[in-house]
Amino acid sequence: MNMPFYVAPEQVMKDRADYARKGIARGRSLVAFRFEHGIAICAENTSSTLRKVSEIYDRIAFAGVGKYNEFDQLRIAGVRHADMKGYAFSREDVDARSLANQYAQSLGQIFTHEMKPMEVEILVAEIGHAADGADDQLFHILYDGTVVDEDMAVVLGGETEAISERLGTFEPGVTLADGLQRAVHALAGPDRTLEPASLEVAVLERGEQRRAFRRLFDPEIAELIAG
Amino acid sequence: MNLPLFRVQDDPGPDFSQLLRRSGFAPPASPGGLAPEDYRHGTTCVAIRYADGVLMAGDRRATSGHLISQRTMEKVFPADRHSGVAIAGAAGPAIEMVKLFQLQLEHYEKVEGTALSLDGKANQLSQMIRSNLPMAMQGMAVLPLFAGFDLSRQEGRLYEFDITGGRYEEADHASTGSGSLHAGTVVKLGYSSDMSIDRVIDLAIEALFEAADEDSATGGPDLIRGIYPVVATITADGYNRIGDSDLAERTQALIERRRGG
Repeated sequence: MNMPFYVAPEQVMKDRADYARKGIARGRSLVAFRFEHGIAICAENTSSTLRKVSEIYDRIAFAGVGKYNEFDQLRIAGVRHADMKGYAFSREDVDARSLANQYAQSLGQIFTHEMKPMEVEILVAEIGHAADGADDQLFHILYDGTVVDEDMAVVLGGETEAISERLGTFEPGVTLADGLQRAVHALAGPDRTLEPASLEVAVLERGEQRRAFRRLFDPEIAELIAG
Repeated sequence: MNLPLFRVQDDPGPDFSQLLRRSGFAPPASPGGLAPEDYRHGTTCVAIRYADGVLMAGDRRATSGHLISQRTMEKVFPADRHSGVAIAGAAGPAIEMVKLFQLQLEHYEKVEGTALSLDGKANQLSQMIRSNLPMAMQGMAVLPLFAGFDLSRQEGRLYEFDITGGRYEEADHASTGSGSLHAGTVVKLGYSSDMSIDRVIDLAIEALFEAADEDSATGGPDLIRGIYPVVATITADGYNRIGDSDLAERTQALIERRRGG
């Protein structure tokens, strides 16, 4: 009778986590931070059509790093979840926390039960209704379903430690230009500069309009990072 | 509500109605024969094309049989940033249809990353009207107007529909609902292709005023309660609803003209 090799569960989990982390580290990173009028997400992305940052709902945005087809699948599932929830109940009942939990459940399930874990890290950002941004939220979800409720700024992707160190700590009330300059500097590192064409930037901005998500295009990005 | 993840071959794509079906939201059950007084009816709407885009306007009355059931109903809605939809017919299914239509356009835009073309939007609405045909056969017809600013052609366009989902693009103006005959005639007689926006708004108000004068199911301006038609323009800058104070002034001016003052 054939006996399967015994592999300790710790080893299985470690191997899977290493596999996912390696996949994520291959891609480019992104930074999200809270600024005076909302939340900004700045990703290093040379493609202007394959997006890393997108709109989920009126006040909710999504960002992903790692394997494009996998986080895009999660993005579409998020749009569907939000739109169906808004249809079945009301627009104001759609919130980032429940969506983040759903993502965490799915990613956790896939991490333990599927052949391979998803090689992604995602961010669900939501701006609240308080004028000072007191109830803005950043949920950082890892490949294994771990959810982290981040405070002022967060880095997703590979080399997070080095980027976080360059980014420093964010205080409330940062302007968009200031925050974006710091984010771009942190993503670029000491040895290179990032041009607007290789950046993808979008904001969730408090204002009159129902849909708070807005993409920034190259001329506007150039103006902001030039200071 | 769980996260809707599908296998590749079952994926509903950017279609929101299809997603609802896949996720077990049952389509509305078709009821037995209902009398007109059992449900609410909305009536007259017009759409007029002008140089900068299109204008849509609708009265505010809903009726149940011979009773007025609502004085402040809205029948003109933004469908998305550059298009609008105006409804006439059974109010319940019509409002549900508008809600689904708005969601459908936004859903497509978010999933695909680009908005549908104006023809694509009109086609979507067509399919929704067609799927309402069983209800329409029992008297609960929904007959919308669809109008928008076509960003690729840089001009306003408008569409009429019939209950089978037939879609007919009109060149200059369109009307729907029980007062559409009267409203449409006023627009037809007053129309010229080089009208200013002021003239177009006045023409729409006048058309609804005349329709209300002749048709019991169309509500006229209510000066006592301060209820005026919903009037909106759709141009390159998007959907914009005209404020009530502006409409009040224009209505007052129309009344003065009628008095011969």
